[in-house]
Amino acid sequence: MKKNFKIDVDCAACADKMEVAAQKTAGVKKATVNFMTLKMTVEFEDGADVKSVMQEVRKNCKKAEDDCEVFI
Amino acid sequence: MNKKQKKKLIRILVTAALMAIFHLLGNASLLPETGAIRFAAYMIPYLIIGHDILRKAWKGIRNRQMFDEAFLMAVATIGAILLALCSGSGDYLEAIAVMLLYQVGEWFQSYAVGKSRRNISELMDIRPDYANIERDGTWEKVDPDEVEIGSMIIVRPGEKVPIDGIVEEGTSTLNTAALTGESLPRDIKVGEEIISGCINESGVLKIRTTKEFGDSTVSQILDLVENASSRKSKSEDFITRFARIYTPAVVYAAIALAFLPPLASLLMGNAARWNEWIYRALTFLVASCPCALVVSIPLSFFAGIGGASHAGILVKGSNYLELLSRTKIVVFDKTGTLTQGVFEVTGIHHSELSDEELLEYAALAESGSSHPISRSIQKAYGKPLDLSRISDMKEISGEGVTATVDGRQIAVGNDKWMAALGIDDIKCHSVGTIVHLAIDGQYAGHIVISDREKPHSREAIRRLKASGVRKTVMLTGDSKAVADQVCASLGIDQAYSQLLPADKVARVEELLNAKSDGEMLAFVGDGINDAPVLRRADIGIAMGAMGSDAAIEAADIVLMDDDPLKIAKAIRISRKSLRIVYQNIVCSITIKLLCLALVAVGLANMWIAVFADVGVMILAVLNAIRALFVKNL
Repeated sequence: MKKNFKIDVDCAACADKMEVAAQKTAGVKKATVNFMTLKMTVEFEDGADVKSVMQEVRKNCKKAEDDCEVFI
Repeated sequence: MNKKQKKKLIRILVTAALMAIFHLLGNASLLPETGAIRFAAYMIPYLIIGHDILRKAWKGIRNRQMFDEAFLMAVATIGAILLALCSGSGDYLEAIAVMLLYQVGEWFQSYAVGKSRRNISELMDIRPDYANIERDGTWEKVDPDEVEIGSMIIVRPGEKVPIDGIVEEGTSTLNTAALTGESLPRDIKVGEEIISGCINESGVLKIRTTKEFGDSTVSQILDLVENASSRKSKSEDFITRFARIYTPAVVYAAIALAFLPPLASLLMGNAARWNEWIYRALTFLVASCPCALVVSIPLSFFAGIGGASHAGILVKGSNYLELLSRTKIVVFDKTGTLTQGVFEVTGIHHSELSDEELLEYAALAESGSSHPISRSIQKAYGKPLDLSRISDMKEISGEGVTATVDGRQIAVGNDKWMAALGIDDIKCHSVGTIVHLAIDGQYAGHIVISDREKPHSREAIRRLKASGVRKTVMLTGDSKAVADQVCASLGIDQAYSQLLPADKVARVEELLNAKSDGEMLAFVGDGINDAPVLRRADIGIAMGAMGSDAAIEAADIVLMDDDPLKIAKAIRISRKSLRIVYQNIVCSITIKLLCLALVAVGLANMWIAVFADVGVMILAVLNAIRALFVKNL
């Protein structure tokens, strides 16, 4: 399953860090961050609980890049 | 400017003012040259401008996410302050200036990106805000999402058509510029299909919706545009990988620069000059930020895609923009792409019956087919069809149909179809599509149908050649005579005729195998019957796609109107964007490396380093924004 999330981040390098962080989260099959449209597209593993996975994604992103936000 | 940007601008201005004041106080001997008071005074502007960077760097270290820009800047400026303290020079200005310039760069970047983001989304602003539906006798504005299929909506002059439908009442002209980039208004009247995203210019229209908002043209286009840059190009991937290796590499190089030369110098029995080498290492860090690349490359692609969509060319991802720029072979489908696909019956030959009767049988037999040929026969017949007279209709795509009409067995199709049914046909000498007709196994004559070239086709081929396309090929299901005639008149290099839909895939595969790896093959079709070919080609371009879901789905690049000139335009837009991308990559990396080298040998100080960093970034961003301007391409 694929879903789009709005994000807020200031620089392209930071967006890239968010992408890496989201990608590493358990339950995420593939994550891409689009800095220009400020969107994160997350493809979930089968049977993953979207809500809890996204909480983790948000936490990991915050860890990788202090000044960012994922709107779940 | 948003709130964040305003706050940062104030911080920048306050810091600059404080720096100037302290400098003047120092000159007037009101501030001590060294000592704790001077240090404390200068720490005020430093913390005002740098506190967020320091905090970010600290958090990065705690989360084991070192080697980012904040880390580089924090290390460099703290290092410079410590050096000033240790050496007793009291020159804190440099560290603050470096931080200040870095923040100016960040501010500009955020402003420029935000601005172009807004510009581009304005270009793509086709989203309707509301739909007017009738409730209890009055018209009410509702969210387009809530409108059900079959509802009656009203669109007043100046409003956007929110949902696809059929006009039930009213006539008007439509402005389709937001969808097609074409400024010529289009007339619309009762009974015609209307596509969402157009702007109603003159009359009030009542529309019966045929789709939900989510399936309407405007939603599909928005969806496509918004997801466009999630498919990243090779250049973007390269930059991402480059940055991931580059920053740690620079930090290690800086450490080496700080320690190796002094140690070597010590070993050789000379003075170590620690201060000088550590200063150089810190300057090295300042000069090294890869932000120019990391920001400008995605921005170039984004701007290119935005500019293209404004011209009615939708690109599904930056990777396709990159592939398109390397297009050397363009393969066309003939019907609907180079020709208008509006066929006209131009002759009826060898008919045993009256022309009228022959047309009637053909029209009835083909009544179930939506092929352009069938439609032209029905149009030529021009009377309503009594569908109860037909039964047992069978269609073989690319060959023909059989049907029972008034109890008689009718076969309509091309010569292959006649051969398959074992009927001897009479060949025709006219150039055009020949539709043979047989009744109860007996040959009954043929209808000649011809298509007209689009007015811009010839010019389009010429422009493709001018923009570096090596070879143009045309594929068609039509006869060789028609294909050769169109080919010669348009200046196309090669034509393959009498192809079934499956043959087209095979031909494209042949061409794909014959070309070299660096060359890309684009296939241009109208999306009817050629979805497999669109998918198989390196780049599938669907044209005249307004309202055709299948074409939008299968193609990589979608031309909203059916003007073949847009193909060359799309290629030129992609070339321009890619040119900008390469300029930025080459210039940024060259200047960076040059600067790093100058710093390492001690020819540049921290001021020059930060100017180089911020300056290159600003130039790269400005250059990237150029990709947005595609009007005159």
